[in-house]
Amino acid sequence: MNKFITILSGILLILPFAVSGQIVNQRTGTQYRQLKSAIQMAGDHDVLLVKGGFYEEGNITVRKPLTLRGTGGPVLDGSNQNEILTIKADSVLVEGFIIQNVGVSYMKDQAGIRLYGSRGSVIRNNKLKNTFFGILLEKSVHCKVENNEITGNAASEVSSGNAIHLWYCDSMLIRANEVRRHRDGIYLEFVNASMIQENVSENNLRYGLHFMFSDDDTYLKNTFRNNGAGVAVMFSNHITMDQNLFANNWGASSYGLLLKEITDSKITDNKFQQNTSAIYAEGANRCLVTGNDFIRNGWAMKISGNCENNTFTQNNFLSNTFDLSTNSKQNYNSYNGNYWSEYTGYDLNRDGTGDVPYQPVKLYSYIVDRSDASIILLRSFFIDLLNYAEKVAPAITPASLVDSSPLMKPIP
Amino acid sequence: MIRITNLQKSFGPLHVLRGIDMTISRGGIFAILGPNGSGKTTLIKSILGMVIPDQGNLVVNGESVSGKSAYRAEIAYLPQIARFPENLRVCELISLVKSIRKEPADYEKELLDAFELQAVLSQKLRNLSGGTRQKVNILLSLMFECPLLILDEPTVGLDPLAMIRLKEIILRRKAAGTTILLTTHIMGLAEALADEVVFLLDGRIYFQGSLDDMIRQSGENDLEHAIARILERRKDSNSASAPGKSFLNKMIAAF
Amino acid sequence: MLKILKFTLYDLLRSRWTIAYFLLYLICAGSLLYFSADPGKAVISLMNILLILCPLVSIMFGVLYFYSSRDFVELLLAQPLPRNSIFTGQYLGVTLSLVTGLSLGLGIPFLFYGIFVSPELMNFGTLLLSGIMLTFIFTGIAFLIAIKNENRIRGFGLALIVWLFMGIIYDGLILIILLIFEDYPLENFVLGMTLFNPVDLSRILLILQLDISALLGFSGAVFKKLFGSSLGMLLVTVLSILWVLVPYLFLRRSASRKDF
Repeated sequence: MNKFITILSGILLILPFAVSGQIVNQRTGTQYRQLKSAIQMAGDHDVLLVKGGFYEEGNITVRKPLTLRGTGGPVLDGSNQNEILTIKADSVLVEGFIIQNVGVSYMKDQAGIRLYGSRGSVIRNNKLKNTFFGILLEKSVHCKVENNEITGNAASEVSSGNAIHLWYCDSMLIRANEVRRHRDGIYLEFVNASMIQENVSENNLRYGLHFMFSDDDTYLKNTFRNNGAGVAVMFSNHITMDQNLFANNWGASSYGLLLKEITDSKITDNKFQQNTSAIYAEGANRCLVTGNDFIRNGWAMKISGNCENNTFTQNNFLSNTFDLSTNSKQNYNSYNGNYWSEYTGYDLNRDGTGDVPYQPVKLYSYIVDRSDASIILLRSFFIDLLNYAEKVAPAITPASLVDSSPLMKPIP
Repeated sequence: MIRITNLQKSFGPLHVLRGIDMTISRGGIFAILGPNGSGKTTLIKSILGMVIPDQGNLVVNGESVSGKSAYRAEIAYLPQIARFPENLRVCELISLVKSIRKEPADYEKELLDAFELQAVLSQKLRNLSGGTRQKVNILLSLMFECPLLILDEPTVGLDPLAMIRLKEIILRRKAAGTTILLTTHIMGLAEALADEVVFLLDGRIYFQGSLDDMIRQSGENDLEHAIARILERRKDSNSASAPGKSFLNKMIAAF
Repeated sequence: MLKILKFTLYDLLRSRWTIAYFLLYLICAGSLLYFSADPGKAVISLMNILLILCPLVSIMFGVLYFYSSRDFVELLLAQPLPRNSIFTGQYLGVTLSLVTGLSLGLGIPFLFYGIFVSPELMNFGTLLLSGIMLTFIFTGIAFLIAIKNENRIRGFGLALIVWLFMGIIYDGLILIILLIFEDYPLENFVLGMTLFNPVDLSRILLILQLDISALLGFSGAVFKKLFGSSLGMLLVTVLSILWVLVPYLFLRRSASRKDF
């Protein structure tokens, strides 16, 4: 043990010297051994080239527009105590760093990189490891977070932060990042007019992507896998959700997409695959759900009674255990023109839509709702009989909840 | 060869065998006679191990048979009715039995010729007439050289020609030293073949001995009448104890 | 035993019943694959058919075969064969002929579909496995019923009742219990109950494959432990094997005591 500590401290002592001369200010040509001093000496808009090395300098704060460009994988280490890079200036570019061992704190939200009140900054091509918060952006506008890989080791929700966390931001671009093992993969609170694009968010404890009080945002072509829930959109309006993949979000209270108090949003061309519940909606109004594929989910959609004026059309429902469940006898939404693989009707007039309506809500889903142990009877012949009886004479399921023009073939 | 002591068997309330003691020695033809329900078939099946006796002892070739199967290699059995697996061919069935018995079927050729079965060898069993089926049945049981032959109503469904052939075969086997046990309703057959008869009545052996003795005892001229006389006598004694069910009545009847 | 098995198979593979059974599955699987174009959907529909048909046919055909082979059995009993080998041979013969019908009937359409390169391979495999398991179990039960009941009408009636009970009524009872006592924690009880019904066992084996997403939505801890790991699969398999063995052992016992 002692030997180990000796060696370790030896390495830690030697390293800063071993890598001396790795930082170059491109404009002046001056070389530095410490990042802090290089930043201190730099002028506005200077470019600092960091060629490899290991920097364990506590917290490093940038207060002027600068470019920090790492080549050969320079490591910024927070010794499991500090926030590592804090940026409080506009137009800062940070790229090519390995940023690791952020200190966990229950008092402060410590991050691998924090932007505060920044405009037009770019964080790209960094690898963040063992982070508490990964990249934290506060009160910033027009910033880009691109191609970063952020891996935490979150064990419980209280002791973990989010991989990318935005708070009071506007017009941000979060693109092509890979975030995993945090509380939330990407978290947005009071963030407007921003774009979340082509990210992969997986194995996070809570949500892959989480919106709170954020409006007019778009998320596009992201992948959400194995999270507590894929995406949660809460108390937000005018969100566009397009071409995302929601897969394998498994668990009792686990959803592909959780909608809560959300209005006027679009959910288009997404793929929901093998989630316990693909979409769970509570208080969702005037949303359009179209062009989505629901494949092999436990519940494709759980729509509660307080959702109104939503339109579900041109979606494919393929081999879900339950296509739809609801807790209300009334229906204020439209479910016409979808393809349901469970549909067994016919199309005599050959117009491509079935001649008898499809009832996506089965009696059994109410039974499971009431007594969840009855899930053990899934696909039992007895249950089929019950479902059939209810289908013939609806007593419990909302009679008006039908797809009156179910498609005969799936939408390609 | 076979020694049976105090063999008892009931099926539910039906007491079919009520203590049979019988010895069948080597050689000769033994006919087991008796009215319907007298326990002939049960007796035969007990010997074969198909019916498991409630009581008593059954020794075949000096060995108690209960729970054993190997001793049946010494016995060939012709069952009464024979509906075989419908979709097998005759030749397949023959080869099944041959493969089970693992011994040369010495008489196969002879029997095939005698009953003109060559023609049906490749036919499926479900397409055979009752008579042909019985011929196949006979073939299956008689094609091996066995010290003991048990035939349960061997002539059922046979045409006269086949019947004659069968008789010839049985006699030939006897001459070769095989012990033959047969049951039949056709008294003519018993008269023609049997060296000794065992007459069963109500689960007991009423008579065992030579045919002549039995006829003489009954005071009739032939077997048929002798049996009729015996049955009539039984009827009388039964009606004498009309309600005749209780144990007490039976005791009285016995006296 | 192998000889009996072989000839029983010879006999039954040519039987109209087996061929009809094979054709039934062939038509079902073929048309489902053809019309739905989605093999996943076809597997689910086939599962519904299989869970009902397989026990029904196995139990009825088992009883039918046993009764109709009475004479043949007598012929065999007179041979130097132990009883066990006769009945084991026949039991396996009937089972394997049904399994052959099932496997070919389902297998051929899926083979043409190209199941070996499809992601549905695992699901199809489970489907087939469940079918085979059910055939073994219900043919065993059928033989047991038939050997215990000389009266054929009684035998057939009993077989039908067993099928109705295990295939339909049993699940109804579970549901009723669940709904009446919904305030009580009944998960373990219900789980235990399903383990005593072979049809439910097969159904669970299948839904573990097909509906794992939904099953994981269940909050009960025991369920979660079972479904979330391979433990569930293992338990179901072990119990199914027990369900094959127990009737078979009873059959052996009855066979050794029975009079023919």
